[in-house]
Amino acid sequence: MQVKLNGEIREIPEGSSVAGLLAHLGVKAQRVAVEVNEAVVTKDRYDGHTLRPGDSVEIVAFVGGG
Amino acid sequence: MADTWSLGKHTFTSRLLIGTGKYKDFPCMQQALVASGAELVTVAVRRLDLSKKGAESLLEWIPKQMTLLPNTAACFTAEEAIRTARLGRELDMGDLVKLEVIGDKRTLFPDVEGLVQAAKVLVKEGFTVLPYSNDDPVTAKKLEDAGCAAVMPLGAPIGSGLGIRNPYNIRIVMETVKVPVLVDAGVGTASDAAVAMELGAVAVLMNTAIAEAKDPVMMAEAMRDAVAAGRKAFLAGRIPMKLHAAASSPMTGLIGT
Repeated sequence: MQVKLNGEIREIPEGSSVAGLLAHLGVKAQRVAVEVNEAVVTKDRYDGHTLRPGDSVEIVAFVGGG
Repeated sequence: MADTWSLGKHTFTSRLLIGTGKYKDFPCMQQALVASGAELVTVAVRRLDLSKKGAESLLEWIPKQMTLLPNTAACFTAEEAIRTARLGRELDMGDLVKLEVIGDKRTLFPDVEGLVQAAKVLVKEGFTVLPYSNDDPVTAKKLEDAGCAAVMPLGAPIGSGLGIRNPYNIRIVMETVKVPVLVDAGVGTASDAAVAMELGAVAVLMNTAIAEAKDPVMMAEAMRDAVAAGRKAFLAGRIPMKLHAAASSPMTGLIGT
């Protein structure tokens, strides 16, 4: 299925959870925060939150800033 | 008694807050952070670069005892800033946010309307909000009324190094609000930081002045010392300015008179 991931259309496995997506991408869950359709998905809900086709997913981390 | 200051439930000794942007590399940033003596360091929230697997994380280079202050830099609407603040909280698990709602790309001056609007929402959500604001006392009051834990008027545009351009407005801001006033942005060198503290700022926040100095670690030390000196001068109470001389040596008992 297709989702919009950090602004780009990406193909990901059907029925992925947020945890599944992070594993698929090789991203360490403790270092990132995730937003689906403009709402934060807290870490305790990564397993339970199933993504749907067309979802807009943002995966963010801290970078240097002032 | 230690000269401390507080933001919400947090208490600090250092009055220098520093950013983590623009350093040439992480080791240099880490040394500057340590040299500055800062307890609060700002960080930005950005999309993870999914093409750079296993890239070094900024967090590994920030000393563990430091408190993170996530910002909403480069957000141009209240909505973007609110979303970014929520993501920052999810990353950090803390309640502090340096709230920026920018109104203009060239000057990076704040969008006051969006700033107040975003502050109200975030305060309701339990954030300890530190708004980056212009040096307008009316805006400062609105931000205080919105429940912000502090106000942070700019000394000059972000990254400009122009120093404290309107010390009188900063003083009026301090008279106007009861919450701590931090001077954020505009500092170019140590004397600028001292000026801000001498005006009575509770603390000073800077990034570029240290990160882009020829020797960032030495500049971090200079800023630490300048902030401490400015604070002491403020507490000590400066003499009033006079137009004419007031001799320091006796004017009587001179030889040959």
